[in-house]
Amino acid sequence: MATAFAPTKLTATLPLHGSQENRLVLPIRLAPHSSFLGSTRSLTAHSSRRLNHAHATRRSPPVVGVQEVVKEKKSINSLLITKEEGLVLYEDMILGRSFEDMCAQMYYRGKMFGFVHLYNGQEAVSTGFIKLLTKSDSVVSTYRDHVHALSKGVSARAVMSELFGKVTGCCRGQGGSMHMFSKEHNMLGGFAFIGEGIPVATGAAFSSKYRRDVLKQDCEDVTVAFFGDGTCNNGQFYECLNMAALWKLPIIFVVENNLWAIGMSHLRATSDPEIWKKGPAFGMPGVHVDGMDVLKVREVAKEAVARARRGEGPTLVECETYRFRGHSLADPDELRDAAEKAKYAARDPIAALKKYLIENNLAKEAELKSIEKKIDELVEEAVEFADASPQPGRSQLLENVFADPKGFGIGPDGRYRCEDPKFTEGTAQV
Amino acid sequence: MSSIIHGPGAATALSTFNPVDSKKLTNLSVRSQRYIVAGSDASKKKSFGSSLTVRHSQKLIPNAAAVATKKEADTSASTGHELLLFEALQEGLEEEMDRDANVCVMGEDVGHYGGSYKVTKGLADKFGDLRVLDTPICENAFTGMAIGAAMTGLRPVIEGMNMGFLLLAFNQISNNCGMLHYTSGGQFTIPVVIRGPGGVGRQLGAEHSQRLESYFQSIPGIQMVACSTPYNAKGLMKAAIRSENPVILFEHVLLYNLKEKIPDEDYICNLEEAEMVRPGEHITILTYSRMRYHVMQAAKTLVNKGYDPEVIDIRSLKPFDLHTIGNSVKKTHRVLIVEECMRTGGIGASLTAAINENFHDYLDAPVMCLSSQDVPTPYAGTLEEWTVVQPAQIVTAVEQLCQ
Repeated sequence: MATAFAPTKLTATLPLHGSQENRLVLPIRLAPHSSFLGSTRSLTAHSSRRLNHAHATRRSPPVVGVQEVVKEKKSINSLLITKEEGLVLYEDMILGRSFEDMCAQMYYRGKMFGFVHLYNGQEAVSTGFIKLLTKSDSVVSTYRDHVHALSKGVSARAVMSELFGKVTGCCRGQGGSMHMFSKEHNMLGGFAFIGEGIPVATGAAFSSKYRRDVLKQDCEDVTVAFFGDGTCNNGQFYECLNMAALWKLPIIFVVENNLWAIGMSHLRATSDPEIWKKGPAFGMPGVHVDGMDVLKVREVAKEAVARARRGEGPTLVECETYRFRGHSLADPDELRDAAEKAKYAARDPIAALKKYLIENNLAKEAELKSIEKKIDELVEEAVEFADASPQPGRSQLLENVFADPKGFGIGPDGRYRCEDPKFTEGTAQV
Repeated sequence: MSSIIHGPGAATALSTFNPVDSKKLTNLSVRSQRYIVAGSDASKKKSFGSSLTVRHSQKLIPNAAAVATKKEADTSASTGHELLLFEALQEGLEEEMDRDANVCVMGEDVGHYGGSYKVTKGLADKFGDLRVLDTPICENAFTGMAIGAAMTGLRPVIEGMNMGFLLLAFNQISNNCGMLHYTSGGQFTIPVVIRGPGGVGRQLGAEHSQRLESYFQSIPGIQMVACSTPYNAKGLMKAAIRSENPVILFEHVLLYNLKEKIPDEDYICNLEEAEMVRPGEHITILTYSRMRYHVMQAAKTLVNKGYDPEVIDIRSLKPFDLHTIGNSVKKTHRVLIVEECMRTGGIGASLTAAINENFHDYLDAPVMCLSSQDVPTPYAGTLEEWTVVQPAQIVTAVEQLCQ
């Protein structure tokens, strides 16, 4: 019996978990990479015309990218991943899940406060994309950013400490749950307002292009921007789709469509709920993928990332996914239908991957259990570390407001305020 | 011919003042005056007794002193070159782009069009379309894009075609520009410069005649400066680009064609310092941007009436240079603030509070603040004139305060 993840299933119209078909509009053979537009009056009009023409004539978009890749793989080896890759993916998803579960516990025990948004159920998207990236690629997220940070390489200790508001947190306790940043791992945040991270991601992609085309450096870094279905009705989203496609920026826009924006159903908020369709309107491929299936996400991600690295520009990927918990730990989650929740719970991405690994003899139950145990210990250790870490002192209050603290100005005595000894104590008048 | 001030408190009377030829006076900030007086040993840079300031100001102070001493030696020297304010901005920008390949420009019509006020004219031809980026009309997104680029190593200069358009970018300026360095625990810096023409012009209508200094002043993490002469325009532009902090540089639509002779050598103007325009004894007049010229015009009248106003262009709108301002208050005991900002919650309002807080004991009269009316700038010429502060009002205010 073919398993849920078997390649044939990807091409079949029979749904995997229950309902979704894969519709992929991925014209991967676009016009050859053109010079930066605007520098020539005779633009790359042919490429965009070809693109428009191609989209206009398609009725039901042909399934291109993923299936072609999959068919190739089928002849060599019928599995989409190796054992090593499978274990990496599994461990990452288990880390995400365990960490978030621990967050919930800690929150209710009064160790962290404020708005905490958990990622349970959406692990396939984070793992599927981020495990393909290098350290110098960038990730931009929203307030639901713990797992993106963890997948990108930020240590569980640093994230947990940040949530506890301790100095050892990745942002010294100054950011909190919604502002996970890491310069080392190129995690560019963590943004509380939806949509405001997308331009930042576009800027990071612009930097890559600038480095390559102006500074003539070898730069293939891509940026992945994660955001939700609610954000897709926001102006910044469209403004960035336009600029990214216009300048062929190396960025992937990943929509984590979990159907709900707090209590607002996606269907009640959006005139055309099929978000992937909005990509071609701006001149980039729009792809819809089952976000509860890490292998499918990974296949789409591979192509999108490769496109970006080749300089062919952005891709819009809509991942249909679901959050098992409420919007945040403060959300009573009363509006969502129990049947809907049950349906998606049955499609738990971790359980699905586990099944795939075992049924395809990529891993044994015992190996997976030992990974789970290892992660449990890691997360417990992170909590202990966070608990034991000190809280920020008064002296930290005024640091980091300015990169150059001369920005606090010159005081009446002629000295810069930041030279006032009280400044380092955090009690200076500024 | 305007004279050169030699020492603090040496109030040389201004016989004539040509508003365009402001350089001779503005060159000498209070600090550089100190160096001239301490004079014989200009190398003893005891600025604030700390390594921090000396480290940064080392570039500045020697230049200011050097220029000043040069002037002392040869007042008829014709070193330097004459240009208009918008050309000074362009020169500063171009020099910084030559100096650092990470400096780039983003904005509407900055490239092929050369900028709505020609500040970026010719730069796209020289540096290419990616370094001088013509953006689509999406202020919030391209400001955010510049911030993302700044976080990843570039140094963008964002142009708001009119500063008023930056209202659309408020989300990015407030949340990301101002706060991101802090919320990331100091990991990411945002060395952007946000600049553009603002202020009340000639019948441009309400939305193109906004004074947004007050809207941005509360955002923690940003610095704001306003230029008013070709000399400080170039100097502030360069300093802002070199600064690691996000800086908003306010230019004024009516000042772009001011002409002045500026030095040939490299110089920058300290972002946190105010500029002594005209030392005096009777009253301190604090102003910035275009109102500086209304104040100097009023000063002519006042001098004829026997008053001796001290005029300071505060230049740094956030933070205030309380040292220069304080020294002046301690000398004259009377303060008049003249600004184009709105009355409510404006720069003047903050400055009044700061002066009252810090120098209350030195005041002989309440701080008076002349601001624009709290009205949307009308289109009709007469109404527009009454919206902003005019020289006659300044004269009346000084007379009132000095009774």
